[in-house]
Amino acid sequence: MPKFQGVDFFNIESLLSEEEILVRNTVREFVDDEVLPIIEKHNRAGTFPMELAPKMGELGLMGATLPEEYGCAGLNNVSYGLMMQELERGDSGVRSFASVQSGLVMYPIFAFGSSKQKDHWLPKLAKAEKIGCFGLTEPDFGSNPGGMITRADEKSDGYILNGAKMWITNGTVADVAVVWAKLNGKVNGFLVEKGTPGFTAPEMKGKHSLRASVTSELIFQDVHIPKENRLPGGEGLRLPLSCLSQARYGIAWGAIGAAMACYDSALNYSKTRIQFGRPIGSFQLTQAKLVHMLTEITKGQLVSLQLGRLKDAGKVRFQQISFAKRNNVFHALEIAREARSILGANGILDEYPVMRHAANLESVLTYEGTHEMHTLILGEDITGVAAFE
Amino acid sequence: MKVAVCINHVPDTETKIKVSSDGVSIDKAGVNFMLSPYDEVAIEEGLKIKEKFKGEVTALSLGGDSHKETLRKALAMGVDKAVLLKDEGVRDSFGVAAGLAAELKSLSPDIILFGKQSIDYDGAQVGTLVAEMLGMPSAAVVVKMDVEDGKVFCEREIEGGHEVVETKLPAAFLAQKGLNEPRYPSLKGIMAAKNKPIEEKPAVAAEIRVETTAMKKPVPKSAGKILGTDKSVVPELIRLLHEEAKVI
Ligand SMILES: Cc1cc2nc3c(=O)[nH]c(=O)nc-3n(C[C@H](O)[C@H](O)[C@H](O)COP(=O)(O)OP(=O)(O)OC[C@H]3O[C@@H](n4cnc5c(N)ncnc54)[C@H](O)[C@@H]3O)c2cc1C
Ligand SMILES: Cc1cc2nc3c(=O)[nH]c(=O)nc-3n(C[C@H](O)[C@H](O)[C@H](O)COP(=O)(O)OP(=O)(O)OC[C@H]3O[C@@H](n4cnc5c(N)ncnc54)[C@H](O)[C@@H]3O)c2cc1C
Repeated sequence: MPKFQGVDFFNIESLLSEEEILVRNTVREFVDDEVLPIIEKHNRAGTFPMELAPKMGELGLMGATLPEEYGCAGLNNVSYGLMMQELERGDSGVRSFASVQSGLVMYPIFAFGSSKQKDHWLPKLAKAEKIGCFGLTEPDFGSNPGGMITRADEKSDGYILNGAKMWITNGTVADVAVVWAKLNGKVNGFLVEKGTPGFTAPEMKGKHSLRASVTSELIFQDVHIPKENRLPGGEGLRLPLSCLSQARYGIAWGAIGAAMACYDSALNYSKTRIQFGRPIGSFQLTQAKLVHMLTEITKGQLVSLQLGRLKDAGKVRFQQISFAKRNNVFHALEIAREARSILGANGILDEYPVMRHAANLESVLTYEGTHEMHTLILGEDITGVAAFE
Repeated sequence: MKVAVCINHVPDTETKIKVSSDGVSIDKAGVNFMLSPYDEVAIEEGLKIKEKFKGEVTALSLGGDSHKETLRKALAMGVDKAVLLKDEGVRDSFGVAAGLAAELKSLSPDIILFGKQSIDYDGAQVGTLVAEMLGMPSAAVVVKMDVEDGKVFCEREIEGGHEVVETKLPAAFLAQKGLNEPRYPSLKGIMAAKNKPIEEKPAVAAEIRVETTAMKKPVPKSAGKILGTDKSVVPELIRLLHEEAKVI
């Protein structure tokens, strides 16, 4: 397969700064050299490529928008988005690893943690010497996390945590879990360290999607949490939701990466696959599919870029992030399915990346707010009437 | 230790090259450019020397404004200073070497590193020419380098083996792939590079001794021939390889 050269029909490159391009190219090269050669093997085995973690840390991919004093790169949001795009061009599981560590673990510690928590955790998480996970979803509370039943009870020397979380990325391999639980009826964040008595994190098996990512349950049975492990910077559902805004922003970009990989694969295939004596790319139906893919990728790129510029200017609204996540993931999945069809029977083989992306994107459509929930968020925004709650 | 690395900005190896309408240059529209891969190895070696002996690494590139992108990458990898010797025009290898040599003379580094060739015009001349212009020893196609007490011990790749050579500093070295594994610029390095200035000065003029008169694409390959799919065609295949292709 020829080396990936990017998809840029509208000269969007000219809207990027020198360092944004350099960040993208660096991560692109990293994905070509380090991720693509090993990812199918891990996807088949259902394992996360843990050998990538220290390399990703060294490159600065963890918490990349956070400041240098914690060992982070201090990137702007557009660079961060481009980095996520390239990671997900490799695999949604690899991008998920970076999203969780950055947006859902380092961000809440940075935004709501004590200075002691920040100094202790952020530099280690930045190097990926320590791995984190984010526990919000419960077996009975997914789209409606406010209903959670995991609870913390205050004791003289800390808190006692009881409950269970499900679908938690990195859970089994995490050194620290950012766990959301109700304390006196209000959602609070707690740092639960691996090995704390009463805390277990069994891996969930049997996934058809996001196979190169660890997904786990978190079980808390009378887990004693020291006082200094509560995130002191606030309480309420607003806290975990603000973390999700960070991660969703990255997913909006990441989805374009997965879509680009599928488009690139299908375009190359269509030029070389001969049926009826001609390349299948010469048939009008195939061309219509490819044009649709290119169109949606380009629209997604422009939406993401403007979203990033708004975020960098401090002017982004969470509804705009919902728009981008909803649109880009939906179309990426559609593109993956179309690419699959262009590859004919070859499309179902893991010699090509499209089926893996198509399967992965089913998770991406659901996590970080399902497609439907983002529709409702936007619906509320434009009509003023909430269809949920 | 003062190290200088001369780097070039070249079309990506995957790019499909088109000849422009003038017939003597390539059409740059839609072509991705990058740091020449051998030069990347040269930068890595410069950074390793600096990490061992302290000092400073300066990257130099002669060319137009677009070369800043490649200098920026060198800064992001960890180079301390970058100099763009500006010339938007066309130069032959001699002209490039003359421009670089003039700047290097005032910089007077202990070690000058080059790629063994830049992958655009494949001249493989600039490093050696610069060394000659500055009257210093040079070693080309270097796959191993050890610096010790003002001396450098090198292994050079030659047909079928390695040649071991030794020279005194200051000297110039032309890096071959395999000399090291170039690092990625880290995201922190990229952000730090943003604040490092790229010094710009006009490249000294040089006469052009070799002029390009035409660019030609290679003759397209003719279609392949499928003789069959089982072993009965082997004798015919051998006959054709022998008599037609004349490769065995
Ligand atoms: C691979 C993977 C990794 C994950 N990682 C994490 C993680 O690290 N941390 C974490 O906390 N969670 C994680 N999740 C959980 C994810 O966020 C939830 O799956 C998601 O929020 C949806 O919840 P649910 O699965 O319970 O679906 P449900 O909420 O049960 O939804 C089922 C369906 O009903 C629809 N629906 C629900 N309510 C409404 C409504 N009011 N109107 C219209 N339709 C509605 C949904 O859109 C969906 O289509 C992960 C999930 C997956 C698959
Ligand atoms: C799991 C599996 C089991 C199978 N089992 C069998 C089996 O038991 N026996 C058997 O014989 N075969 C079997 N097949 C093969 C199957 O029938 C072929 O995959 C199918 O006919 C498509 O052929 P192809 O994969 O070569 O795709 P191609 O023909 O290369 O098609 C690739 C793409 O080009 C499009 N295309 C092709 N020609 C045109 C055109 N003229 N105009 C517009 N678009 C065009 C197609 O629609 C498709 O999107 C199996 C396939 C799979 C995946």
